[in-house]
Formats: sequence, structure tokens, C-alpha cells
Amino acid sequence: MKGLYDNEMKLEFLSKSSNEAFARITVAAFVSQLDPTIEEISDIKTAVSEAVTNCIIHAYEDTDGIVKIVTRLIGNTVEIEISDSGKGIENIELARRPLYTTKANLERSGMGFTIMESFMDEVEISSVVGIGTKIIMKKKIKKIENTTDIKEECCSKTIV
Amino acid sequence: MNSEYKSLDKLLILKITEEIDHHTTEKIRRKMDNEITRYMPRKVLFDFNEVSFMDSAGIGLIIGRYKVAKLFGGEVEIANARPSVKKVLEMSGITRIIKINDGIRIAN
Repeated sequence: MKGLYDNEMKLEFLSKSSNEAFARITVAAFVSQLDPTIEEISDIKTAVSEAVTNCIIHAYEDTDGIVKIVTRLIGNTVEIEISDSGKGIENIELARRPLYTTKANLERSGMGFTIMESFMDEVEISSVVGIGTKIIMKKKIKKIENTTDIKEECCSKTIV
Repeated sequence: MNSEYKSLDKLLILKITEEIDHHTTEKIRRKMDNEITRYMPRKVLFDFNEVSFMDSAGIGLIIGRYKVAKLFGGEVEIANARPSVKKVLEMSGITRIIKINDGIRIAN
């Protein structure tokens, strides 16, 4: 029976900054089965890195918590859900605004959500103060028709 | 991160050799500030040749060092950024205050 998605992976890790690279590399490795371009992969890695960093420095404020990532492949679309049980976002609209940051002392640029939104096709944020935050990002991987393979097939047929 | 100071040109080259995210910036930042305050260069050149990944933490890192360099009257320039890194730099708008130089060859 065909499910709602073609493939899925789940990841849970402690909110340690050393896991930022682990998270983006793991998601990128899973997504690679859709045959994305280098640009698409680095867009996804950057967006994941931003979301995971938010969980670590904002949601849990450098205390230990669990960050969860669920990645689903639906046709050519990647859906990445990143959630935490941290402090939540009081004003989502303000948080989304470019250059807005509550952590200027940490030299944060306030570009996290802006990058997620422009590197992915869709970004959905839901948050409850004191309960946690969930972000769902989607990106369609464009299929490049492999014309060289077809040509080669034609050629070999004519030779035969 | 490696650094090299060319005293004749008062040029400080900071070559970043790791991926830049929130985790790595803390260490890089400390090292960079040490070098900038030590030499008080006229120009700080960030060599991005070996940077394969950068997220918005890199923007904060560069703006912060721009401010430190400016304290000593120095300017900041970025060289050899890959397309994926350049995309983040351009989006942030810092390219309006910091020059991105493509064709710099840095002799070792």
C-alpha cells in the first residue's frame, strides 16, 4: 500500500551546537536520493542549519533539550520538520522580520528566518510559548531530464 | 583558521579553514579578534577559499570583525567565496559595505 509519502527519516539529538553540522549533513545525505543539484543541496543544508541553531540558542538557550527532525520525500518534494520543546516564540511575525534578533550580544545577524524562507519554497512556523516550536519547510527538487542517456541509447541502437 | 600579516602593506589575511556556523564561529571569532587587535591592520582580508559551508552565523561574524577592524581604522574585504557562500553574503546585504573580491590569488 502506498503511504502519504515515499520515504521518511527521523532524527533526535541533544541541543548541542556541535550537532549543527551533523544535522545538516544527515538531512542532505537523505535528500540526495532525489538527485538534487549542488545548489539545491547547499540551500537545504543552510536552511536546516538556521532552524537547528534557532532551537539551540533561542528555544533551549544553551541548556540541554531535544531537537527533532523528520524529513519526508513526497515525489520530488522534500519536507523537513524541525521541532523543539523549548520556550517558544512570542511574536512570530517579528521573528520572521529580516535583521530582527533578540541575541545581538551573540553577534546574531537576524537573518535566520529570511534565509530559510528564501532558500526553501515554503516555511511554516507554529509556536506556543512555554511548549515549543515547530517549523515545516518544503522544497521541490527540479528534475533534470537526462538527455545524454537517451541519445546514447539511440546511437547504440542505430549501430546495432 | 590561519593568519598571515604582511607588514609592508599592513594587510592581515585571515584564512578560514572550517565550515562557518554558530558552533564554529565562537572559536574563530576569538582568534580573529586577537589577530586584529595585535596588528591593527589597514586591511583585513578574509580568504574564503576553503569555506565549503556558511550560514547566517557567518554574517554576524563578518559584521562583528568589520566593527573591530574599523576601530583601528582598517577596512575589510572578502576573497574567494564559493557560489553557495556568496549567496548568503549577498542576501544579507553586507556586500554593500564589504567588498567581495573574486580574483585574488594569495601566495602562501
